Amino acid sequence: MTINEIQDELIEEFSFFEDRNEKYEYIIQLGKELPLIEEAYKKDENLIRGCQAKVWLHADFRDGRVHFTADSDAIITKGLVSMVVRVLSGHTPGAIAQAELYFVDKIGLQGILSVTRSNGLLSMIKQMKLYAVALQTKTS
Amino acid sequence: MSTDVMVAPAALDIQQIRNDFPILQTTVYGKPLVYLDNGATAQKPWAVLKAIEDYYTHLNSNVHRGVHHLSQKATDAYEASRRKVTAFLNARHDYEVIFTKGTTDAINLVAYSYGKQFVQEGDTVIVSAMEHHSNIVPWQIMCEDRKANLQVIPINEKGELLMDEFSALLNDKVKLIAVAYVSNTLGTINPVREIIAQAHQHNIPVLLDAAQAVQHIPVDVQELDVDFLVFSGHKIYGPTGIGILYGKEEWLNQMPPYQGGGSMIKQVTFAKTTYHDLPFRFEAGTPNIEACICLGTAIDYITGIGLPAIQQYEHELLEYATAQLLSIDKLRIIGTATQKSGVLSFIVEGVHPYDVGVILDNMGIAVRTGHHCTQPLMEFYGIPGTVRVSLAFYNTKEEIDQLAAGVKRAVTMLT
Repeated sequence: MTINEIQDELIEEFSFFEDRNEKYEYIIQLGKELPLIEEAYKKDENLIRGCQAKVWLHADFRDGRVHFTADSDAIITKGLVSMVVRVLSGHTPGAIAQAELYFVDKIGLQGILSVTRSNGLLSMIKQMKLYAVALQTKTS
Repeated sequence: MSTDVMVAPAALDIQQIRNDFPILQTTVYGKPLVYLDNGATAQKPWAVLKAIEDYYTHLNSNVHRGVHHLSQKATDAYEASRRKVTAFLNARHDYEVIFTKGTTDAINLVAYSYGKQFVQEGDTVIVSAMEHHSNIVPWQIMCEDRKANLQVIPINEKGELLMDEFSALLNDKVKLIAVAYVSNTLGTINPVREIIAQAHQHNIPVLLDAAQAVQHIPVDVQELDVDFLVFSGHKIYGPTGIGILYGKEEWLNQMPPYQGGGSMIKQVTFAKTTYHDLPFRFEAGTPNIEACICLGTAIDYITGIGLPAIQQYEHELLEYATAQLLSIDKLRIIGTATQKSGVLSFIVEGVHPYDVGVILDNMGIAVRTGHHCTQPLMEFYGIPGTVRVSLAFYNTKEEIDQLAAGVKRAVTMLT
């Protein structure tokens, strides 16, 4: 699936929920369920330090594709992180670098990106794209 | 019969007061707003909103320059506001009241100007372990510049200053003590009279960061005998972008200007510039005239309600909120000083403060989460941050009930 197809799939999943509470509950569930990163990678150099929650990000380059794993100490951030990983992981560096992430707004949680802005989610997306651009440059 | 019997302040009509603040009618995601982030910024009453409109509708003009009618009216209003602040703080002279951009700007002014004049290599500046970054970083910058040392008054687990350790820090090398009157994170009311008295025994001046104090506690700079005191307009129901530096005349007169230009100038030649007298020497450039004037309106508003009544009501609210929150399983209050103002910081075991904040927001309840710009304090408690509830006199017990129910709901969702 392409990055946009995965985003559309997520938007579809969230369309079943009627109100904000249910959407949050689903994000929390995603945060609780997913083992996202090996403990060994939860080290300071992989830490994206936001104002509030911590986010760890690890990138692995295999078979021409970037594979991301990540985690956060806050469960809602972790749920959001798991979605970003689902959308961006396993794609080519070029596709990741060019990706436009619209799903967070479209799932109907207005303001959640701005709420989360200081928490490293945007920093994380930026960092993922930087990895991709660096790998793209290296491999081209 | 004793003549100094304490008269209990009249009870506040909270519903009437809430009508003064139009933003309190806001709904968030379809639910009525419960605004409990007053430590970050307070909401504005109609009186201030109207004053802002009036300023731009009838008064807008530059101050201290024009000979024309509007400029004179604006200047009169600007200086009238300075006199209101003077009376509010009971300063000796109105030229001891300097308009700044805010608390941070005022602290930076003192750090720069006082530091330049009085701090030498090897000297010391003392702050406390519970300071906001705004009362740490300007001193760090100044100390680095002057090759001076920054020392820290430690605190106990309750969030109270260790006064014995404070006394032990005092010596001839200490050139200034800068402490919060009230901690923005813990709500601790510090023993500022004792700090000032001890400091003055060593001829050391004291700066009080009163950003979280002046809207909750009556402050009298002469009675405190404090040397510098700073606060922000927006936390005291006034506009943003305005703050106050109060300084004793004898200190301010010895301090060099902080910034150059505008009405701080007496005469400029390319050979030499002479500076204006206080307070204009520290008010370079065109000030935030509207905010300066409307800060006076905000002060009129809260003085009209009465700080003793505000203090009493907020204290009742704090005690009620403390009891309500402590009834929640695994909830721990960070900051349990004996003397506290209307701030409640808490964590719930096994739950990240950020998550609680997001779920509360979803219910229309506005609180602050994070480290509250007091990272050293979070390190002391070994926590990533807290959920902070900061009260104002327009808050109600019903809102506290909604908060407690919201926290319970958030904990159920998150665990």
